[in-house]
Amino acid sequence: MRYALRRLGFFVLTLWVALTLNFLLPRLMPGNPALAMMSKFHGELSPKALNALEILFGVNTHESLVGQYFGYLHQILTGNLGTSLDEYPASVTSVIGSAIWWTLGLIGVTTVLAFILGTGLGIVSAWRRGGKLDSIVPPVFVITSAIPYFWVAMVLVLVFGLTLKWFPSQGGYYVTTDSPGLNLTFIQDVINHAFLPAVSLLITTIGTWILTMRNTMITTLAEDYVRMARAKGLPGRRIMFDYAARNAILPNLTGFAMSLGFVVSGAILIEYVFNYPGVGFMLLQAVSGEDYPLMQGLFLLITVAVLFAILVADILTALLDPRTRAAR
Amino acid sequence: MAMPVSGVPSQTPAAQVPAGRALARVGRAITSNRKATVGSILLAIFILIAIFPYAIAHESPIQDAYAPQLGISTAHLLGTNHYGQDLFSQLVWGTRNVMIIALVVGLATTAIAVLVGVAAAYLGGLWDSSLSVLTDVLLVIPLFPLLIVIAAYAQGGTTLVLIAAITLTSWSYTARQLRSQALTLRNRDFLEAARVRGERRLYIIVVEVIPTMISLIVASFLTNALYAVLFASSLQFIGLGDPNTVSWGTTLYWAQNNAALQTGAPLWAIAPGACIAVLGAAFALLNYAFDEIGNPALRPVRKIRQKRKAVQLASGDVEGVQ
Repeated sequence: MRYALRRLGFFVLTLWVALTLNFLLPRLMPGNPALAMMSKFHGELSPKALNALEILFGVNTHESLVGQYFGYLHQILTGNLGTSLDEYPASVTSVIGSAIWWTLGLIGVTTVLAFILGTGLGIVSAWRRGGKLDSIVPPVFVITSAIPYFWVAMVLVLVFGLTLKWFPSQGGYYVTTDSPGLNLTFIQDVINHAFLPAVSLLITTIGTWILTMRNTMITTLAEDYVRMARAKGLPGRRIMFDYAARNAILPNLTGFAMSLGFVVSGAILIEYVFNYPGVGFMLLQAVSGEDYPLMQGLFLLITVAVLFAILVADILTALLDPRTRAAR
Repeated sequence: MAMPVSGVPSQTPAAQVPAGRALARVGRAITSNRKATVGSILLAIFILIAIFPYAIAHESPIQDAYAPQLGISTAHLLGTNHYGQDLFSQLVWGTRNVMIIALVVGLATTAIAVLVGVAAAYLGGLWDSSLSVLTDVLLVIPLFPLLIVIAAYAQGGTTLVLIAAITLTSWSYTARQLRSQALTLRNRDFLEAARVRGERRLYIIVVEVIPTMISLIVASFLTNALYAVLFASSLQFIGLGDPNTVSWGTTLYWAQNNAALQTGAPLWAIAPGACIAVLGAAFALLNYAFDEIGNPALRPVRKIRQKRKAVQLASGDVEGVQ
């Protein structure tokens, strides 16, 4: 319980740092870039929206920095992230709401798949030490883990999207012919469109799972309790899963938390290459359109999502491994 | 990899040798480990290209003096792009920008990581708690979105802005690893001896602790350099770099802007990405090799038996030194 509280405290602290960064960055940059953006849209905004944006970016205010800061925190914590400028008059929260499901679906499904496949391959590779799988898998995935996500995406677009034409390579569904909703063609098209982005994400993330799992598993296999299990004559499969893998999987869970930031980052670029209508693609559009409120909102959302996932992974690790509760 | 140091079965032998011998060991390890050899040869090639780009590509990279969209030929090894620029020479000249970023960010982040990690572990107490919290906070904030926001507010990053932004944000992962290793050193006899001799803390950290961690520090440099390349190229690719810089990421940006893949010029987009991938692989291979050197249990099985004798000899040797 104390452990969970401490992790929760860390969650809040990190969130506060992210909020503060969001507050300071536009104000610290030479010639507050938000100023130019505001003057561009000045005539078109309602007074209420304008006021919210002024609080967010510290424009047109005579308040001290501290006063601005509390005004900013108050506004964010009441859920007002301002108005999107490119999608005016839609609020930032509603614009993000339309994109988030695409990303959650894509990253969620792919990450779970990568975790299961990668951990499994890692287990087998360590168990059959020096076997065929073990001699191929580590070097190959050392290399794939260094390849930029977007490059894998580009190659897949080129080969399977444009040359072989097996899968669509742009967008999340056929915007012109599909009617979004619960109909079979739409669902089928969504899956078809998600296939190549998902594969790119899978190829680039699976290596970390395999290598971490394999390396911990090798250490675990040398433990006395594994030798004991062998001496008792337990079947190999049982030793592999119930004795070795069960103990070796913990670093993979912690690694899951740590790598999540990278996965999200990679997904941004993959969405960009595929023009996939998720949060990452939207972030880049907000940047190129100088829609700073939307950009800030997305950064906060991504941070909160990652922090939340880490919190869950931490608590999960603590439930599974009593040692972490006592440690530190 | 994110191996917890406590999971390493035997203490890293390198942790107990003086710096000079540790470097010699690193040199020997590079020649004896196949991954390390491949990695260092690739890296050496890139470094040479970065220093002497004119030796293999004479054409100016941004001059658009050729016919657009020429195919592959001896005059244009990778053809020309929509603007009539020679793609091969763009990649060759672009190597320099990438390598500068890798080197500078790699060195700077590693310096910060060593400082923070070792200071936290060695000073302990309040220092450790506050530095660790700082490290952990930075570790979990998603870096790439943060870099995007910084670069966007900076109105597009020149190479200098990219270097500064990446350095300030991405040192935490290796700082954490270094702290873990420094913690295991903390109560070693030779540090106790230095304390008894009455050496100052700074002296002990710089002269006694850091040299014994040299192999992990080299590994940290490789990790940081790899991420620097990936982050910087990605930022340039999405248009947050300076579009006039000659760099692989910038080439990618122009390729994407002109829909190179869709308009029959796939090499324009694929080739610079391949360069990044190969350079990244070089760093990763070297890094993995260092992991194997530090943790003998991970070495390929067929080698373990013949290595075992050598390791025994070496560790006997080390105990003699202590």
